[in-house]
Amino acid sequence: MAPPIESRSSEATGPAPVDDLPMVARQGRIDTASRAALLILAAAALGLPFILQALGSSYYLSFASRIVIYAIAATSLNLVLGYAGLVSFGHAAFVGLGAYATGILISEGVVGGGWHLLATVAVTGLAAAVIGAISLRTRGVYFIMITLAFAQMLYYLANSMKGYGGDEGLNIRARSLFGFGAIAYDLKNPSALYYTALAALGASLLALDRFGPSRMGRAVVALRDDDVRAEALGFPTFRLKLVVFVVAGVLGGIAGALSVNLQGYVSPNVLHWTQSGTLMVMVILGGVATVWGGLIGAAALLLLQEMLSAYTDHWEFWTGWVLLAVVLFARRGLVGLAAGLRSPRARTG
Amino acid sequence: MIHRTLQSAAAASLFASTLALVGGAAFAADKVKIGLVSTLSGPSSALGVDIRDGFLLGVKVNGGKLGGLPAEVLVSDDQFKPDVAKQLFEKNIKRDKVDFMTGVVFSNIMLAALPEAYDNNVIYISPNAAPSSIAGKDCNPLFFAVSWPNDAYHEAAGQFANTRNLKSVYLVAPNYQAGKDSLAGFKRTFKGQVVGENYTKLGQLDYAAELAEIRAAKPQAVYIFLPGGMGINFIKQYVGAGLGKDTTLLLPGFSADQDVINPVGSAMAGLFNTAHWSPDFTNPANQKFMAEFQKEYKRVPTLYASQGYDAALLINAAVRDVKGKLEDRDALRKALKAARFDSVRGPFKFNTNQYPIQNYYVRTVGSDGKGGLINKSFNEPILRDHGDAYVQSCAMKG
Amino acid sequence: MPSVLLIEQALNGLQFGLMLFLLAAGLTLVFGVMDMINLAHGSLYMIGAFLAAWLVGLTGSFVIGVLGAVGLTGLFGMALEAALLRTLYARDHLSQVLATFALILILNDGVKMLFGTDLPLSAPAALSGPVELLPGLQYPAYRLLILGVGSALAIALYLLVQKTRMGALVRAGASNRAMATAMGTNISALFTLVFGIGAALCAVAGALLGPLLAVQVGMGENILILAFVVIVIGGIGSIRGALVGSVLVGCIDTLGRTGLQQLFREFLPPQWASAAGPAIASIAVYVFMAVVLAVRPQGLFPART
Repeated sequence: MAPPIESRSSEATGPAPVDDLPMVARQGRIDTASRAALLILAAAALGLPFILQALGSSYYLSFASRIVIYAIAATSLNLVLGYAGLVSFGHAAFVGLGAYATGILISEGVVGGGWHLLATVAVTGLAAAVIGAISLRTRGVYFIMITLAFAQMLYYLANSMKGYGGDEGLNIRARSLFGFGAIAYDLKNPSALYYTALAALGASLLALDRFGPSRMGRAVVALRDDDVRAEALGFPTFRLKLVVFVVAGVLGGIAGALSVNLQGYVSPNVLHWTQSGTLMVMVILGGVATVWGGLIGAAALLLLQEMLSAYTDHWEFWTGWVLLAVVLFARRGLVGLAAGLRSPRARTG
Repeated sequence: MIHRTLQSAAAASLFASTLALVGGAAFAADKVKIGLVSTLSGPSSALGVDIRDGFLLGVKVNGGKLGGLPAEVLVSDDQFKPDVAKQLFEKNIKRDKVDFMTGVVFSNIMLAALPEAYDNNVIYISPNAAPSSIAGKDCNPLFFAVSWPNDAYHEAAGQFANTRNLKSVYLVAPNYQAGKDSLAGFKRTFKGQVVGENYTKLGQLDYAAELAEIRAAKPQAVYIFLPGGMGINFIKQYVGAGLGKDTTLLLPGFSADQDVINPVGSAMAGLFNTAHWSPDFTNPANQKFMAEFQKEYKRVPTLYASQGYDAALLINAAVRDVKGKLEDRDALRKALKAARFDSVRGPFKFNTNQYPIQNYYVRTVGSDGKGGLINKSFNEPILRDHGDAYVQSCAMKG
Repeated sequence: MPSVLLIEQALNGLQFGLMLFLLAAGLTLVFGVMDMINLAHGSLYMIGAFLAAWLVGLTGSFVIGVLGAVGLTGLFGMALEAALLRTLYARDHLSQVLATFALILILNDGVKMLFGTDLPLSAPAALSGPVELLPGLQYPAYRLLILGVGSALAIALYLLVQKTRMGALVRAGASNRAMATAMGTNISALFTLVFGIGAALCAVAGALLGPLLAVQVGMGENILILAFVVIVIGGIGSIRGALVGSVLVGCIDTLGRTGLQQLFREFLPPQWASAAGPAIASIAVYVFMAVVLAVRPQGLFPART
């Protein structure tokens, strides 16, 4: 009997093993300089609406929100792709489901943010559980194809639903409303949306930071590197992968719910495979299996796009080359580049 | 670790400074700024390109000014994608602080992007798409259609089909708002039997399946609303499938104007279509338009170009009538509604819902005397002083 | 469905399937022999279409245009393989996916820079009319050409893979690469040639479909995914599988969308029926793939031992 199709282990050629990445080894200790830098970053992020207002560029607040929302989606994919090593080519499905769940509720008159959150978590959680349960039984290229297939099925399903716009997309005028009375807080307000997204991103990054060095995190990484060995060692590999898949799916759905609030519009294009591809690009650009990878990748790609398109119509061309260079030469993404600069020993051979 | 977080901090400050540089956009008083978002790439780009060229010509013949104020037109390409159009609208409105938005070709793209204009009290002048929803219950004082109501050409075609005693028709249109409007319009006036109603995917280019169904249904005539590249492909494939021999092909102007005539060629000769404008109109405004357009762009304009041109003329008249005081939105809207300009189509008048009331004509594709083909109109309009069926549901009265 | 309609739709499905086969064949060989996921395969299809449109515009001859495009695209494919893609063979699938995704971006924009966003391409005038196949069934001559070329290439490819020495090497490489190398085949040259043939086949499909669809940037993206579905159904590395898979997928898609539309029209408003029919047909294709994966994971005609 031939060995399983995906018989090559990822050591020699795939994303770098996690041992030499500083984050895990450090067990969460942060040195003073880094803490200062993080505080500056946090202050800038929190103060952004005011800074932009002062500069007269409040148009860019929605751009900043877009970056934050994509960062959440990319981080969720990083969990599945980077930490668990599952090349899911259908992650856009979860982002899209979250967007549609929220969008449909709003179009039916249900504006309560709590309901939107509940629906998003329920729908994406269920979808991820079902898709994961089926797909995780396959490996290698078949896993890629089947996750893609599910995403495409949902894409065509969205196209068929003429009642909710179909391929014309769904326009919504209202947004998610949280709280009541005096403390009501409508995501139609650009600052409110920005802070909500920022909070969600912050929570995700914090959780991911704790997850990496945790027992479960280490188990997941172990099975990414060699799941045959992990299974032999007694890890419940299927269950671990499924849990990670579902959590990532739900987080992706939350990004989707935020994105429909930002755009006021959702169309089946959110579910298209090229969107899954874009998320993967962000993860690899930022750095697989790192806490900040999703954010850095999302920011880098969107900023690159915005800056290049001011100078040339052909920003896709240059973005493609940058990406190619990263894949060929900087396998651990921008985060890895920075870490490698600091300590040559930390690089893989 | 230091490098990594410094990297993040550096990214953040780079971000902020980029915004400072790019975002400090100037807004100028004493200038009228217009954002023109249209479909400038892809198989249906001819439509957007013509709207843009017509609009820019309208500005040019007024000396680069509209209503006496220097005009700045910011042109961008929606790439046939609603989300791109939305972002472009947002950019033009919030960053560039335009006074008017215009340009979109397709109804679905426009419907996705319009809320940006509405939410920021910016007036939208539509040089093309004019869906039934906005003619009726969703009518909005910020929306002006300088073209026609979506249903109109098709209502005219239905009426024309009656005069030709056509008994059975098979209908095809793309599956989106304007497609729905088009066939609803045709069915409103047509008195014969509809033997098939087929909605194709917007942007679809291979019609093998639909043509097979048409053949099986054996209608007397086929009426299609397929603008741009869709129409070009359908007609070519229709001829290729041998359907032209036994079935009459009836068209709205959208599928029979110069952008379709040129690529399809001789198969278009003799086909009848309906429109609000024809290149052979003799009124002075149109004669000037035809001469200037052909001089500037070296091609025959389509009805889309005439609409873009009229949009510029409308804005010109309104800005002139408010003497350049664009901040007074109410006066500006009133001036727009009064529409005191000479349109290339002849007399122009808005209905209470800010959609035009006008004549519609039958045209036929004939020889231009130079070996090519061009549309020629019949003198008598097929529909006279025609509004739309939705105005009663609009809350705006006068 | 009345029989003339059924025959016509079946021919349409076969036509679509054969064109899909041209893409799938190259893809399955590249994947089977070199174990590489190449997302830029659809871009080769696009490049073939653009080159054909450009050459036809330049020379006025459809035949020269198509043949020229096929040759040039084949050469381009080989150059691409030698210069860039061969570094990806040793990498994992994720890296291949990302690198070739980057390539899609580069090639899309590259084509836009050279030719613009779209180019017109018309069928030759001689083939723009119908041919009477049966009384009451007039089928477009151009589509018959596509059926003819597609079938001829399918047979030629089958003979190449099954009956020639090169084909034997390819099959050996697909079924066990390490062993094939050990037996002394010049693997590098073989890979380059296989890639070139795949690229040329894409160009045939792109050039022939150009007049029916539109030659535009990004045209490869939708058909690419279907090609992947086909090779998973047919069996990675198997030409026979690619052929059977594409014809099946072509027919399910084409017959499905019209049949389901007719069915839905019985009880749904026409706009909804027209939206639901094609969507459900597309979903059916993916469900079919999922079922094949569940029941026979190596595909219908597995190439690997």
